[in-house]
Amino acid sequence: MMIQNPSMADAASTDVAPTEVVAEFAGATKRFGAVLAADRINLRIRRGEFLSFLGPSGCGKTTALRMLAGFEAPTEGAVLIDGKDVSAVPAHKRPVNMVFQHYALFPHMTVAQNVGYGLRQRRPRLPGAEIAQKVDAALAKVRLADFGARRIWELSGGQQQRVALARAIINEPQILLLDEPMAALDAKLRGEMQRELLELQRSLNVTFVLVTHDQEEALSMSDRICIMGKGRIAQVGSPQELYDRPRNRYVADFVGRANIVAAKIIARQGGIAQAVLGNGATIGVNDLPGDTRGKAEIAIRPEALTLARGKDAVPEDTVALPARVTHRTFLGDRTEYLLMAEGIGPLQVNSPRQAASAIGEHDVGAHVRVLWRAGTGLVLAADI
Amino acid sequence: MAMTQTRGRALLLTPAALWYAALLLLPLAVVLIFSFGERTPIGGYAPGFTLAQYANLPARMAAFRNTLTLAPVGTLAALLIAYPLAYFLAVRVSVRWKTLLLVLVIVPFWTSILIRSYAWIFLLGGKGLPALLASIGFEDIRLLNSPFAVLVGIVYGYLPLMVFPIYVALEKLDLRLLEAAADLGAPPWRSFVQITLPLSMPGVLTGSMLVFILLMGEFLIPAILGGGKVFFVGNALVDLFLQSRNWPFGSAVAVALVVIMLITVAIYTRVVKRYAAGRDDVAMM
Ligand SMILES: Nc1ncnc2c1ncn2[C@@H]1O[C@H](COP(=O)(O)OP(=O)(O)OP(=O)(O)O)[C@@H](O)[C@H]1O
Ligand SMILES: [Mg+2]
Repeated sequence: MMIQNPSMADAASTDVAPTEVVAEFAGATKRFGAVLAADRINLRIRRGEFLSFLGPSGCGKTTALRMLAGFEAPTEGAVLIDGKDVSAVPAHKRPVNMVFQHYALFPHMTVAQNVGYGLRQRRPRLPGAEIAQKVDAALAKVRLADFGARRIWELSGGQQQRVALARAIINEPQILLLDEPMAALDAKLRGEMQRELLELQRSLNVTFVLVTHDQEEALSMSDRICIMGKGRIAQVGSPQELYDRPRNRYVADFVGRANIVAAKIIARQGGIAQAVLGNGATIGVNDLPGDTRGKAEIAIRPEALTLARGKDAVPEDTVALPARVTHRTFLGDRTEYLLMAEGIGPLQVNSPRQAASAIGEHDVGAHVRVLWRAGTGLVLAADI
Repeated sequence: MAMTQTRGRALLLTPAALWYAALLLLPLAVVLIFSFGERTPIGGYAPGFTLAQYANLPARMAAFRNTLTLAPVGTLAALLIAYPLAYFLAVRVSVRWKTLLLVLVIVPFWTSILIRSYAWIFLLGGKGLPALLASIGFEDIRLLNSPFAVLVGIVYGYLPLMVFPIYVALEKLDLRLLEAAADLGAPPWRSFVQITLPLSMPGVLTGSMLVFILLMGEFLIPAILGGGKVFFVGNALVDLFLQSRNWPFGSAVAVALVVIMLITVAIYTRVVKRYAAGRDDVAMM
């Protein structure tokens, strides 16, 4: 379902009040020779939130994270932590810690020595007893209480990951950075780690910034997601916002599935645009604030559409688009239909199980009507 | 089946075993026997059993002293020069230049050490470095035929043998570990001491041992750059076997050198073992 309440569409829900900001990208740009890895990134990170960078491979997620950690200096713009420009502050002086993608545990140290490494760097020095006690507490927190004396190579992948986590959180960073920490784990372990990570974040009350290209991971864990593409931010928002109100085709495609159809806009009023579809039907969709284009792409989620047979009555405020079923995939709880709609093109419709059992399945080749209710579509911006 | 396997393995090892026996154990045994013998009036060897040759060892004290100071000092100097070079090649240089620079390190090896040492005679001789020093006010500095000249020669000659093992160890170093150390609050020099150095220790130990053992047996460089004043045990051996033809005494000197080397290798192995077991402590500093 796209947005239900159009007046919400322009709510600047992505804005963070200055007092809540723990870190900020201010027009941060990073070039590697000719490659533009980060392109004028503007983003405020809220204290205590779980923020994810989500995007396909090579879109600049790691680069953004590394600018925050201090491993890359922005070519232009600045990175701020606690309101201060840290562009010139080296990594070892920043109040952030990172869990590296392949953990980067020190192979010549035990688990306990790895975990205590950050504390041993403190000057003036901390007493050894205090370090030992904090190491034990950190190991207990990641459920590795008895593993302190182990060598790194004696641990499984999941255990190594938890050591990396303990080594980072023991320093009580302002922000914990995680670069695809679950990428190397199998699906079952990944689910487990995701839950543990969330619990950890709540108990520590530390800001987490996670990099992932796993859409489900980002949706299930994050307070907010920053969707990136080609070095730029495509959209920032809560998982629900991104799903219900994708700003552009890139986000609509990346988060969940979306039907995207071309339309002419003939009138706009009160946040509703009247869109004329390819077959001539006119339907009211949620408008893009400030948009004045006469032509636009409209997004509609597959589960917002329903199927009806030719003879069924059409409800109010709904258009019926004649279409032919080209594929049907039964998935238990739902059936996914691929259809060819006259004058519009391919459409996907997801029918929940109840609907299917009530009206029966539609066979491939059957002529049906796709029902599109007013207010469930959404005008998309041109591009990122 | 197992029988054939064992026999096959024995067969495969035979050449190596024969080689080892013929070229190492046999000469060693001969030398050991000679060292207890006596010298005939015209030189050479007469059978006998006497410890006189060993009692005479202090006569070659200077050679032992030179070897036992210049070999460790040369090894240390080579290490101090080789480590930064290997670090630079392995960590700092971009992949494009790496091969070229590595080749440049090996190229000197393609000419004979004899020729390269003669080049040093010129460089350290009157018209070389001393002339240069004189022109900026340091008159009358003699470099050739001194321990310093020998040190320069051996460090120069054996540098590549030190660079390569260290290079290989540093090449394997995962640079993300250094980022992790920095992320955890370690300034660059501390992450070098705590991460880079311990992880490159195998290369350091291998290179040092290699160079040290070869230096203990060195005779060419002291002969050329020491001008007969700075001689190693190797030079004493050349003299005793080829010039004075005092084979029993030469054998005793050789046995003494072998014993010293065995002791050194034993200590080395212990250090390495302790290092491997206590690697954690290395990083604790
Ligand atoms: N050190 C570097 N030198 C040159 N180019 C780089 C460097 N680091 C990153 N890039 C380039 O910058 C772009 C963004 O890289 P980045 O690692 O941030 O992507 P990513 O979103 O993390 O991708 P992935 O999901 O594959 O990890 C890529 O095109 C990459 O090739
Ligand atoms: Mg990445």
